[in-house]
Amino acid sequence: MPAPRPLRDIAVVAFAQTDHRRTSDELSEVEMLMPVLHQVLAQTGMRTSDIGFTCSGSTDYLAGRAFSFTMALDGVGAWPPISESHVEMDGAWALYEAWTKLLTGDADTALVYAYGKSSPGSVRDVLTRQLDPYYVAPLWPDSVALAALQAQALIDAGDTDEPALAAVATRSRAAAAGNSHAQLRGSVPRGEYAVYPLRTGDCPPIGDGAAAVILAAGERARELCERPAWIRGIDHRIEAHGLGVRDLTDSPSTRLAAEHAGVFERPVDTAELHAPFTSQEVVLRKALRLDEGPDGGVEVNPSGGALAANPIMAAGLIRIGEAADRIRRGESDRALAHATSGPCLQQNLVAVLEGDPR
Amino acid sequence: MSRATNPATGPATGLAKSPATGKEPVAVVGIGQTKHVAARRDVSIAGLVREAAQRALHDAELTWSDIDAVVIGKAPDFFEGVMMPELYLADALGAVGKPMLRVHTAGSVGGSTALVATNLIAGRVHGTVLTLAYEKQSESNAMWGLSLPIPFQQPLLAGAGGFFAPHVRAYMRRTGAPDTVGSLVAYKDRRNALKNPYAHLHEHDITLEKVQASPMLWDPIRYSETCPSSDGACAMILTDRAGAARSPRPAAWMHGGAMRSEPTLFAGKDFVSPQAGKDCAADVYRQAGIADPRREIDAVEMYVPFSWYEPMWLENLGFADEGEGWKLTESGVTELDGDLPVNMSGGVLSTNPIGASGMIRFAEAALQVRGQAGEHQVDGARRALGHAYGGGSQFFSMWLVGAEPPTS
Repeated sequence: MPAPRPLRDIAVVAFAQTDHRRTSDELSEVEMLMPVLHQVLAQTGMRTSDIGFTCSGSTDYLAGRAFSFTMALDGVGAWPPISESHVEMDGAWALYEAWTKLLTGDADTALVYAYGKSSPGSVRDVLTRQLDPYYVAPLWPDSVALAALQAQALIDAGDTDEPALAAVATRSRAAAAGNSHAQLRGSVPRGEYAVYPLRTGDCPPIGDGAAAVILAAGERARELCERPAWIRGIDHRIEAHGLGVRDLTDSPSTRLAAEHAGVFERPVDTAELHAPFTSQEVVLRKALRLDEGPDGGVEVNPSGGALAANPIMAAGLIRIGEAADRIRRGESDRALAHATSGPCLQQNLVAVLEGDPR
Repeated sequence: MSRATNPATGPATGLAKSPATGKEPVAVVGIGQTKHVAARRDVSIAGLVREAAQRALHDAELTWSDIDAVVIGKAPDFFEGVMMPELYLADALGAVGKPMLRVHTAGSVGGSTALVATNLIAGRVHGTVLTLAYEKQSESNAMWGLSLPIPFQQPLLAGAGGFFAPHVRAYMRRTGAPDTVGSLVAYKDRRNALKNPYAHLHEHDITLEKVQASPMLWDPIRYSETCPSSDGACAMILTDRAGAARSPRPAAWMHGGAMRSEPTLFAGKDFVSPQAGKDCAADVYRQAGIADPRREIDAVEMYVPFSWYEPMWLENLGFADEGEGWKLTESGVTELDGDLPVNMSGGVLSTNPIGASGMIRFAEAALQVRGQAGEHQVDGARRALGHAYGGGSQFFSMWLVGAEPPTS
């Protein structure tokens, strides 16, 4: 099924991220965020007042307070008042909302940002609060345990084994050696079992970080950026919440989103996947058919992916930013970016980014 | 003349200079609410939202399979103790295999959620979208959920009332409004609620004297001038022209919609009449071609959690000149049978599931222009404004809906 062409051509024209670190005790959320906001504005030469729409993604459960995003707004400088919205989701979905706003023609540029500080609490415990509050959350099954269930299902199905998972981790962290923002780089030991069959090396680092993107439509994008990363398609889908009714070895929501985003119409050369656990890359590769190309030439997670840095709520947006940067630098012509949310890849977003022909 | 037409309050410079070329008109063809109450102990959170969604589908005579995407909103997750609850609610809202977005813009979220959903249709991403907002406040204590102690930050002072009371006092000082105006608003809204079967508070024996004799909570706000804490959900089915043509009942058409935000605290902030509210209204009126809101808008459903916010917002939204809003209230203009009815549903003062409160305002505006508001229908309502605000009077979302499709 060919994906319909979006109403307007919209591109990523700027991207910035923090250096992701295990703790950022000395910084508030807004202090962590402000440098990346300044960086994306500087990349385009714009000021806050030049931005048509602003949208952010974050969660009160990491901040430990209600309305936590209101303080982050101080970093934007929302005066005079701005047209602004917020999703309690990863920043990739904030980007999606901004994309729809630009599609309507109500704005020509959008600032998108996301941030998360996992360091103040136990993120494994915190994430249990997003499970069914009546039947599952009272049991406190943590995010690593649920990912381990998924990994074991993959092993049982013959889709992977522990050495293959270790190879995903090794490749990701080796790739991250060239990424100064990454938290885990180079040679990282496989470690002990965190929850069998996942070892600590199969799990993402826990850390704090923020990211920002600027979108622009049509000619405005070309004015602001030498090689804009055009969003040829973007879509997201959700699956059932109950793990018992899902096939954890597959990701039909990713495949469906990819179809609607037009991924399968032409091969991509790069894929930035939001796979916090090594086993989840196996699922996503299958759903996105990344290993089926004629030469298998898709470069997966040249940034190191979420195994190198996983600031919750920003890690999905970072995948889009990293893919866009490859295009802006001329290292990719057609890239896929993916973001996920929820236990065991419950909700997935897929975008296809392209550069102008060279 | 209305301040809303002042060019000084025009759109920010970053907004598109030219109108959208291919923007699809957006219609409301289904509305559903739960009966709002203090505690819905008979249903789960999933059961609550599904009830509202099914009523909206029933109103539109559509089924779950007609829905392309779901956009859900609610206020802070701490109110129920579920982090990002849309993940858990995907099944209950028929969203499996579909796109699902979760909006959170503080108290304005119910309005913002609807506006995010309209973008999906206006931008021709989807044809028919379910949008829903809820709060099940009985799962926790909202006042203290808002008042968690944060290091190095000023406390919110025991919930929203403590925060807003000084701004009400500032309005009274600034305008010289008589002390009784707040009680008039509460008395009106609680009587309007008696005509709305979905309203939370049905105080059949309400009198003005009782409102004025109720205990003082946060001076000058009395108990009966304060919103309740409710469990409830509100859902709307939004669709494009083709969907509206198939609708069995009249559609409400969006003529304008906007959001505006400003910081919580800064030197020079006007808490009584925030600039973000003025700018948001000006943007909506510009889109809808409204030059004189007082004359051209037939009914207003605005977010009034504390009685005095009616006269304050009447001025902020351009329905009255500065300092004159309370005179409209005092002279009965905002009564259900007045010249400019305000909060026909009974308003937030009678029903407040916080995350849903903005969407209930938007839905009431749509009900009015569809002629579906029952006993609280304003005769001949052709254009109605829905308004929501949140945070420290800093987040605004509004839409203007009409009985006729937009002409441009």
